Amino acid sequence: MRIACPYCGERSLDEFLYSGDATVKRPDFASPTAANEFVSYTYERSNPPGMHRELWYHSAGCHAWLVVTRGIATHAITSVEVARDVALNEKPATKDSI
Amino acid sequence: MSRAHYSIFSVLRESLRGHTGWGPAWREAEPKPDYDVVIVGGGGHGLATAFYLAKHHGPLRIAVLEKGWIGGGNVGRNTTIVRSNYLLPGNIPFYELSMQLWEGLEHELNYNAMVSQRGVLNLYHSDGQRDAFARRGNAMRLHGVDAELLDQAAVRKMVPFLNFENGRFPIHGGLLQRRGGTVRHDAVAWGYARAADRLGVDIIQNCEVKGFKREGDRIVGVETTRGYIGAKKVGMAVAGSSSRVAAMAGLRLPIESHVLQAFVSESIKPFIDGVVTFGAGHFYISQSDKGGLVFGGDLDGYNSYAQRGNLPVVEDVLEGGMALMPRIGRVRMLRHWGGIMDMSMDGSPIIDHTPVSGLYINAGWCYGGFKATPASGFCFAHLIAHDQPHAVAKAYRLDRFATGHAIDEKGMGPHPNLH
Repeated sequence: MRIACPYCGERSLDEFLYSGDATVKRPDFASPTAANEFVSYTYERSNPPGMHRELWYHSAGCHAWLVVTRGIATHAITSVEVARDVALNEKPATKDSI
Repeated sequence: MSRAHYSIFSVLRESLRGHTGWGPAWREAEPKPDYDVVIVGGGGHGLATAFYLAKHHGPLRIAVLEKGWIGGGNVGRNTTIVRSNYLLPGNIPFYELSMQLWEGLEHELNYNAMVSQRGVLNLYHSDGQRDAFARRGNAMRLHGVDAELLDQAAVRKMVPFLNFENGRFPIHGGLLQRRGGTVRHDAVAWGYARAADRLGVDIIQNCEVKGFKREGDRIVGVETTRGYIGAKKVGMAVAGSSSRVAAMAGLRLPIESHVLQAFVSESIKPFIDGVVTFGAGHFYISQSDKGGLVFGGDLDGYNSYAQRGNLPVVEDVLEGGMALMPRIGRVRMLRHWGGIMDMSMDGSPIIDHTPVSGLYINAGWCYGGFKATPASGFCFAHLIAHDQPHAVAKAYRLDRFATGHAIDEKGMGPHPNLH
């Protein structure tokens, strides 16, 4: 398994650190159900057998955070995006949740 | 005769008639329309659960449903080490029960599982690590578990060929649990399967669960590739695939699946007596009775259901081995493989009810499931039979993350790939 960093090109796995599921989103702390939402955000994972969007950090390279889409059963990577771009393309956060 | 008692006499009798009288160790069971208890997963934990249910909580009509074949999953993919050298009060009594069950296992099952209490030696390489090991050893002894803190001279006497004067990671000593050791892993599966079968448990292979059937919030049965099977209670013991099976019941677990690699070398003459672990990296090694060196190290560190790993971890594990015992450098690797671990969010397992009535969960074994096999089955059987957790497993609750009672042996926080 090699990861094609958008800045550095295809690099060996040992240059990267893994930081898990990229689809969990930090809940709004002001929500009345925030306690339960934070439990879910911190601990519960879908852990799907198919495609997985996950965070990788290019620690021995350009230090970029990446969102990698990868098949969990095959290890085949279908896309690598810069996490910042992914975040900017999502709905802008409300003032309270920043 | 599949139900014959194994003994010196049966071996002698069969050796005189050309071993023509050995029958299958368990029946080829066909699924019945319904059972009192259905165990999903015919690995070590599922078979042990069925055995202890039948032995201590019967009479019950019990079936074990296995997707593949008995001994073909993680129970046949681990590095066979058993030990109870834990630190936290939630863990020690449980793993010590497991160790005690290992000690009586072969008589209980009437099966040679090659339980070998050859000792587990964890090496320390710094003053800080010695203090941590002394603390762990004291915690073990307070719970009645054997532990000895060895200095360098004592370790040299046991394993003289280690690289004691390594420039970065000199070996100062070790924490030894003499009662730890190894057990032949697939014999554990076969032994539990045979013993459960003799108590009337139906072991149904090539039977994959495809869904749970509910009435209201209660489980009434499972849909399988061999048809519908009704059940008053369903226990899932499918570590490695827990998230997938639990998702069929609408549950989202505090678990990620990760791949752990293991390695075997060519067979060599007797070389390493016990189990030795390197404390500076992550490397552990023992020698099988066939002569192969069995060893492993860290997780690959990313979610995987692939049962195979990547080369950076191979390199890392072998580097650890070379730092610890340079003389294995000329030994050839025979094979290596990967197994899928239920990595829980605190590194500790789950044996509990689920929010779905009648569905029980046994999951989250991280890479410590094999040593736990007997106690896991014992406690899970107790939970299923009595609807109450067994005293030594009451900390393994599914809701402990929400209530702040995580059992984080390694102090890593909610990062499954670091436990």
